[in-house]
Amino acid sequence: MHPVRKRRLTIVIFLLAGLGIAVGLTVYAFRQNINLFYDPTAIAAGEAPHDIVIRAGGMVEDNSVEREPNSLKVRFKVTDFKSTVLMEYDGILPDLFAEGQGVVATGRLRDDGVFVADEVLAKHDENYMPPEVAKSLKKKTGDDAAADAVKTVVTE
Amino acid sequence: MWQFFHKLGSPKWFYGIAGRLMPWFLVPGLLLLLTGIVWGLAFAPPDYLQGNSYRIIYIHVPTAFLAQACYVMMAAAGLVTLVWRLKLADVFVKAVAPVGAVVTFLALFTGSVWGKPTWGTWWIWDARLTSMLILLFLYFGVIALGNAIADEKSAARAVAVLVLVGVVNIPIIKYSVEWWNTLHQPATLKLTEKPSMPPEMWVPLVLSIVGLYLLFGWLACLRMQTEILHRERRARWVRELVE
Repeated sequence: MHPVRKRRLTIVIFLLAGLGIAVGLTVYAFRQNINLFYDPTAIAAGEAPHDIVIRAGGMVEDNSVEREPNSLKVRFKVTDFKSTVLMEYDGILPDLFAEGQGVVATGRLRDDGVFVADEVLAKHDENYMPPEVAKSLKKKTGDDAAADAVKTVVTE
Repeated sequence: MWQFFHKLGSPKWFYGIAGRLMPWFLVPGLLLLLTGIVWGLAFAPPDYLQGNSYRIIYIHVPTAFLAQACYVMMAAAGLVTLVWRLKLADVFVKAVAPVGAVVTFLALFTGSVWGKPTWGTWWIWDARLTSMLILLFLYFGVIALGNAIADEKSAARAVAVLVLVGVVNIPIIKYSVEWWNTLHQPATLKLTEKPSMPPEMWVPLVLSIVGLYLLFGWLACLRMQTEILHRERRARWVRELVE
């Protein structure tokens, strides 16, 4: 390679490496702010501030959704399989909201540890499958009857 | 090898090659894209959770892939501009930047349309969506900078530097869903693992991705030809071509 081109190439590579390190460090320093939500473990560890609007997210725990009759009020537990947070919400839930599915809620953490949500968004995962496959998968795990019963209660 | 590389430096030579390549991009590209999209939208099975609304994946994922791939190709061309001063590399960047901007916009738009019925919101400032929006602005910046500088050579170098600086955003887009908590789900199609969907869902998806890439190749050739004609308008071979 021509020495001039070699020199230019070295300069460009060094510039890119330096830039990459700078951006990497910046992004690493901001990781707490870039995270969209606190997970239940972070909340349990006291990392999430109280009485400030924050987001919290995780999986809706199985058999934890309780609806208040004659109102839209709903209480459910959100888990990351290490810790859980109890959430309260008064409003219309997204269609994909279900037990065993992910949610991201905006709201405030009360001093008693209950998260009062103003908005609940559904977070779905990267797995897609036809309904029949999902059904037979559920049958294999054996708890389909219970899960289905809860689902109909929830959708009613 | 090096001879080929130096031939690439000749706009006239590339003009001819591009013309011969174009049908090979256009016909298979159209066929694959049409097959993939029709198969995906009409015949692939619905999703157990999202029903039919997941079908927008057959447009969203190809455009999002191409949006990033196009930028990586532009960055490679930017490197060639800076190190080897090949005119054709700058022609490529100038020709495909608007195409990249359009597919990035389409990816953001289809994602937004998909987000409303599934997540419950049109937009959220999570890492994936925000870094993708930055990519759109990078494309705008490349287009604007290229047009703002009158001198062709300095414009080429300035654009190359901007394109190379912006390339750090690409790994951020790719790994945003793994490094941070986001509302956007992780990738379904991965190079190293089996896709997390059955073949009757991912085959049409892969077809439309490959189809869109081929169509991009066709459009890149076409736009590069136009740009070459414009830049070489005073050359004898262009005059002969036009007459």
